[in-house]
Parts: sequence; C-alpha cells; structure tokens
Amino acid sequence: MPLPDPEQLVRALAEAMRGRIAADAGMIGIYTGGAWVAERLHRALGLATPLGFLAVTLHRDDFGRIGLHRESRRSQIPFAVDGREIVLVDDVLHTGRTIRAALNELFDFGRPKAVRLAVLAERGTRELPVAPDWLGAKIEVRSDEDLVLSNENGKLRLAMVTRP
Amino acid sequence: MNGSRDLQVGPDGRLRHLLTTEGLSADLIRRILDTADQFVGVSERDVKKVPLLRGKSVFNVFFEGSTRTRTTFEIAAKRLSADVINLNVAVSSTSKGETLLDTVYNLQAMDADMFVVRHGQSGAPHLIARHVKPGVAVINAGDGRHAHPTQGLLDMYTIRHYKKDFTALSVAIVGDILHSRVARSQINALKTLGVPDLRVIGPKTLIPTAVERLGVRVFHDMAQGIQGCDVVIMLRLQNERMNGALLPSAAEFFKCYGLTVEKLARAKPDAIVMHPGPMNRGVEIDSAVADGRQSVIMPQVTFGIAVRMAVMSMLGSQ
Repeated sequence: MPLPDPEQLVRALAEAMRGRIAADAGMIGIYTGGAWVAERLHRALGLATPLGFLAVTLHRDDFGRIGLHRESRRSQIPFAVDGREIVLVDDVLHTGRTIRAALNELFDFGRPKAVRLAVLAERGTRELPVAPDWLGAKIEVRSDEDLVLSNENGKLRLAMVTRP
Repeated sequence: MNGSRDLQVGPDGRLRHLLTTEGLSADLIRRILDTADQFVGVSERDVKKVPLLRGKSVFNVFFEGSTRTRTTFEIAAKRLSADVINLNVAVSSTSKGETLLDTVYNLQAMDADMFVVRHGQSGAPHLIARHVKPGVAVINAGDGRHAHPTQGLLDMYTIRHYKKDFTALSVAIVGDILHSRVARSQINALKTLGVPDLRVIGPKTLIPTAVERLGVRVFHDMAQGIQGCDVVIMLRLQNERMNGALLPSAAEFFKCYGLTVEKLARAKPDAIVMHPGPMNRGVEIDSAVADGRQSVIMPQVTFGIAVRMAVMSMLGSQ
C-alpha cells in the first residue's frame, strides 16, 4: 500500500483545524518531524502568535536505557504559556511517550489553559492514554518497522524503515 | 595515564567516570559540550529542573574544603532532580582515622549512585573509581595538583561559545601553572581540541619543568606572551604560595603578571579574559579587567552549571 503524501495530509489537517482553535493559540512543534509539520500548519492557518519548538530529550523515560541523544536543540517558546491554548504538533504518534515527555517539558514553561494535539500520522500502538485531537492519517506499521518522516529540500516524505 | 582512560571510558565509548581531561577524545569532549548546550536553556526557565537523575543519589565528598565548587555540583545535581548529600569529610571521618576507601565503602552501602570527589592527594578519585561497584560513577572535582576536569571542560565550553573554532586560536594561561590542576586540565583539553598556539606565562618558580613536552610555549615576560592572543586565562594565585619563597610579594607578582588594561591591550582587540575563580583582585587581575568588556568570568560560572549537568547526566545513564 503506498504511503500518503505528507504535504497533502498537512493541508487536510489545516482545514480540519481552521476555526477550531483560539485566535491567540500558541502552536508548538516537537523536534524534529513535528517541527516541520508545525511550520507548515502555522503558515497555512496564519496564526498570529509566533511558532514554538519543544525538545523532549530531557524528559524521556528511556533515558536510563539509551542515554541522551546527541543534539544541541533546545526548547524555544517565544510566547507566554500561562493561560494560553496550546496546540502541540508531532509527526508520528506511536507509543505516546514522546507526547508525555512533551507535556512535562511544556509545563516547565508555565500552566497552559488547554493543550490540543495534532499529528500527521498514527500507527495505532499506543501505550499511554494519549489521543490526537486532529489526525492526518492512520497507517498500519509492522512492529519491526518504523514510520519515518523526512524533509528533503523542503519537501516532506513518509517512508517505512525496517529497524536495525 | 592509560589506566584512567580505560577507567573513564567504557568499551562502548560511553563515559563511566570523569577523572581527568587527559586521554579524553576530541569527539567525547565535543559530545559533553553539545550535551551542555541543551542544559544552558534549563536554567533560564520557570522550572529549572529536569527529571534525568530522579531517584539517584549524588554524594559530594569533599576531603578538601571548597564551598564554590561543591555548590555548583550541588546545583547541577539538583537541577537534574537527583538527591544530593554533602559530606565535608575533611572534618569528620578522616579525623577519626577512617581510610579513604572505608569512607567510600560506607557511602556506597548507603546506595550512592555517583560520587563527586575533591581530595588534596593527586589520584584519590582514581583510587575510588577503581573500587566502586559497577554502575557507580566518580567525578573528580579536583585532586591535588593533578586535575580538575569539569573546570577544564567548562572553560572549553566558554571558549567555544565565544570563539566557535579551536583550530585557529592563540591561548595564554597566566600565573601559577606549577600548582594548578586547572591549568593541567585546560592544557590537555585545548591540545586535544586542536589549539595550535598554546602558551603558559609565569615566573620560573611557578612553571613546571619540561612543561614544553605538553606542547606549550613558555614565556616569563607577560607583555611578550600575551601578544596577539585570542583567549587569556588567568589563574588564581594561592595565598599560601607567598610563604614558600616562590614569590617575593603579591604586589611584585601583580606588577609583572597581573592582568591590567595596558597588558591586555597587547592581546587581540576581541580577546576574552577568563578566570576559574575565586579571583584575587589586585594580585593576578585588575578590577578594570575583571569587570571589563572582555571579561567572560561570570558566563564561565553560568556555563559551569550546564557542563556539570551534562557530565552528570551522561554518567547517570549507565
């Protein structure tokens, strides 16, 4: 089965979200893939509040097993989180643990009024009670495979990758 | 010291203990600095805490007094959510006759996950690292004249922050090189990171013999040594050195080796001035320089927390 075009999924997501989020909502993309999706959604929806980014490595629950990822990206939230509606954006929803980590990271910056979740694709193997408010597509993925979003010269692409 | 390399870095390339900057690969040093980048942001937010070391116990074991270094390790561990236990061993167990290893075995029996050790004897943290259980990490917070690796690494972080690239830099370390574990840690790391022009400046009595073997150039004349430098690192002149006939007087030292605006003018116009603290104003550094435009002494302190968080988090993930 061919994988859907993520650029089309983003456009469909934006249509579904239009008019459903507060005018002053703050959108936050989760590094890396979620940030690419959020950049597109933010532009398509013409949100006034600048886009934010979250790095979740410092809150991951598998830190003890795999250590820190080597990356120097930091969370950047260029608006006040307190009392604001937040739209979290990620590329692929898998176990839900990334979203759990993102929520913890987000709450280090303040107490949002509400947090919504938009994801490009879900692979249907959640381990935590985390469900998206807006979903691009549900894609079946074998347990030995990963669904990976890549960004090639500004063009998003979904691919199925077998785990090493 | 081959032993410390095997002791410090596991076969999988992961950091197991941090005992010295000697033998640390450039890649591992860069990994520590990159990790520290992530932590610089943590200290700037509302909640200055991340849960990486939640449930871990970090024991600060200081056989030699140092409020400042102990405090920075304590803050770093607390921002990683570890439980921190401070032991001023200098005034407790050892004065009752307990040996170093017995003290460590006792603390280990209290389920310590990490020891931060300062000791007056060179090599004490190595000894401890060789005898702790697998999975327990040791950080050297300064041992004798040997090493002070987290200070060396935070200095590398600071230099990288301001100068980006190490491979075109002229760096001068000024003052009491002989007794300085900080200088040793800096020299090892700077050479590993590829600094082509490394100089040490000081009176003959305070420069170790054969220091050139480490790949540094020795200057006894400050004006000459500082010429064209990108980075000037001042070392603290320990007061106790005054008594040992190594120096005539503090005033004399300041005249020859104290960093003043006039002497600094010989370095590059955008040179940065560093100092590991605590400073002796008017002995090794003039206030006009310490508080001046080129001074990055306070950022060093801030970066020091992030670098210690980086080291602790890397050690805590084993």
